[in-house]
Amino acid sequence: MEAFALVLAIPLFGALLLALWGHRNFAPELNAAVSFSTFLASAWLTEGIISDGPLLIWNDLFFIDPLNVFLVALTAFVGFTTSLFSRPYMRIERDHGKMTPNRMRLYHSMYQLFNCMMLVALTSNNVGVLWVAMEAATLTTVLLVSVYRTAASLEAAWKYFILCGVGIAQALLGTILLYLAAERAIGGGDGALLWTHLATAKAQLDPDILSIAFVFLLLGYGTKVGLVPVHNWLPDAHAEGPTPISAVLSGLLLNVALYAVLRCKVLADGALQNGLPGKMMIAFGLLSVVASAFFLSRQKDVKRMFAYSSIEHMGLMTFAFGLGGPIANFAGLLHMTVHSLIKSAIFFAVGHATQQAKTQLMEGIRGLIKVSPTVGWGLMLGALAILGMPPFGVFASEFLILTTAMRDLPWATPFLLLALGVAFAAIFARVQSMVFGETEAKPLKHPPALLPVFVHLGLGLMLGLYIPPYLVNWYQEAARMIGG
Amino acid sequence: MHLLLSQSINLFAAMLLIVVFAMISQRRILRVIHLFTVQGATLVASTIVVGYLTGQHHLYYSAAVTLIVKVILIPVLLHRVIDRLNVRWDVETLINIPTTMLIGIVLVVFAFNLALPIAKLSLSIARGTLGIALACFLLSFMMMISRAKAVPQVIGFLSMENSLFFAAAAATNGMPMIVELGIAFDVLAGILILGVFMFQIREQFDSLDIRHLEKLKED
Repeated sequence: MEAFALVLAIPLFGALLLALWGHRNFAPELNAAVSFSTFLASAWLTEGIISDGPLLIWNDLFFIDPLNVFLVALTAFVGFTTSLFSRPYMRIERDHGKMTPNRMRLYHSMYQLFNCMMLVALTSNNVGVLWVAMEAATLTTVLLVSVYRTAASLEAAWKYFILCGVGIAQALLGTILLYLAAERAIGGGDGALLWTHLATAKAQLDPDILSIAFVFLLLGYGTKVGLVPVHNWLPDAHAEGPTPISAVLSGLLLNVALYAVLRCKVLADGALQNGLPGKMMIAFGLLSVVASAFFLSRQKDVKRMFAYSSIEHMGLMTFAFGLGGPIANFAGLLHMTVHSLIKSAIFFAVGHATQQAKTQLMEGIRGLIKVSPTVGWGLMLGALAILGMPPFGVFASEFLILTTAMRDLPWATPFLLLALGVAFAAIFARVQSMVFGETEAKPLKHPPALLPVFVHLGLGLMLGLYIPPYLVNWYQEAARMIGG
Repeated sequence: MHLLLSQSINLFAAMLLIVVFAMISQRRILRVIHLFTVQGATLVASTIVVGYLTGQHHLYYSAAVTLIVKVILIPVLLHRVIDRLNVRWDVETLINIPTTMLIGIVLVVFAFNLALPIAKLSLSIARGTLGIALACFLLSFMMMISRAKAVPQVIGFLSMENSLFFAAAAATNGMPMIVELGIAFDVLAGILILGVFMFQIREQFDSLDIRHLEKLKED
């Protein structure tokens, strides 16, 4: 209870502090300290949930169960490591003249507010408040994406706002329809949007309304997950914003949006009993995996390429959760974790690489291993990990997803394999030429923060080789919750 | 009296639909803002009537929030923005009105069909108007994607939000208060951010034409 209050209060308070002092010289350290405290509080909360079971507090407004506490811990952890990475990165950007003191203040304050809004979205028990927090998180990231005020970043931010605005409006319509169904089943008032109430009464919700509501919810939150064909905002927002923001967008925000879809899927599954929500998710997921693999192979900008790779992996997770069943859900959750860790590690390495080469175009980045071996190796290992090479965790989760697909949905497997193969060929060739080769680039003035890269890769490696038993239990319990 | 009031909900709904049609066919930016204000006021009136008829007092608060945010604050902000950007008398030339109207009619028919099964299950007294609310939603959506200038695009977004509020009132007698407050706050924050963006877009491109924002192509 206290732990949970801290998890939300620390980033909120941090956002206020950084709104005052975000331009000072110590602001990056303060930012990291706030994120570290949030991480400690979330670890405390997680420990409490593991030992005492789910928590329902503050007039049932917030609800923490094994499913979301795992995402809370992951969000706080990646939020913390990204703040470590952002320390030297943003200093270098300031030296390059891209950041003024005012922009630094906006950046730091919005970073914490963004973290806070994601944590509210994850823990809210009220489906309406979940929507409000998702929208607020979108607004903060819109400001973060446009922080450089260049023509391209403004365009990306405007596109992001308008497309996600449309998407999230559809999710609101879905939420209204869900409320309509709930009003008939359990009566109106504040209780009718509480997820715990809805979950107990899900069999009584009207199937006709729920099927229409789920279409809107999936399309709406799916826009934020980056599912094809409503993904257009994602590559632009990733490519034009500061790299720490690309890391948290890919690693965290997409997860939170997928979490919203999962919560709605549990309700729709309970009401419909015909597996339609799962089939819709399979269709969207498969389309995203295949389409993004081909988009990916045509990119010239390194951050855009990895943004498309995020679409591919989110599609794979959506596909896994669509298949359902204990193994696919387990694999989906594992994939969520390792993708978050490894994709943010890749963005950390890419961030420093683009600063060294002073360009985001892949043909301009060469010989990373010569100038700074750690950045080079970080990118190489990260790319191998995200492409699903054993022994990294992505291999384990992709293997589980593929074997489940072979059993339950054999026709889909060739498409998945083809897409994974295309992505492998495209990314590996590009990364290889960026890492090796000759270069005249100079090392960076501030030593790059590479600890986060290797901590993330190490965790990704560990999850591929050995998952601690308590983590296995935790995943299984969460997978059971999604299974209904 | 009671009958008259419940009829007036249909009247307001019809007004909302007419206003949205007027919006999608209006070329002048200033008039689009006026129409948006009228739309907000109609929404407030219909929310009060639904609140009175059903005895749901939280709808009065919801109407008050809508009045403050969507009839007063946002139009004032928009007027300031167009004054400072000097686009008060701008005319958008590139919309094909007859075609938009025809597509609009098709959308209304589609919305009524979509609403039919939902409205049957609704308990609200205004359920007959759910089709209109969905039609307004789709028309605003169309306005958003068919306009090339920033201000009408944003108004399309806001009008979409208004239609959703009307849909909530029509289908369910209003969402829980905490959610409505949150949504109103998000919309207000969003409009502040977009207002700032418009200045920056103007600075960068010397124009508020969104067609300039097409450099980042899919490839």
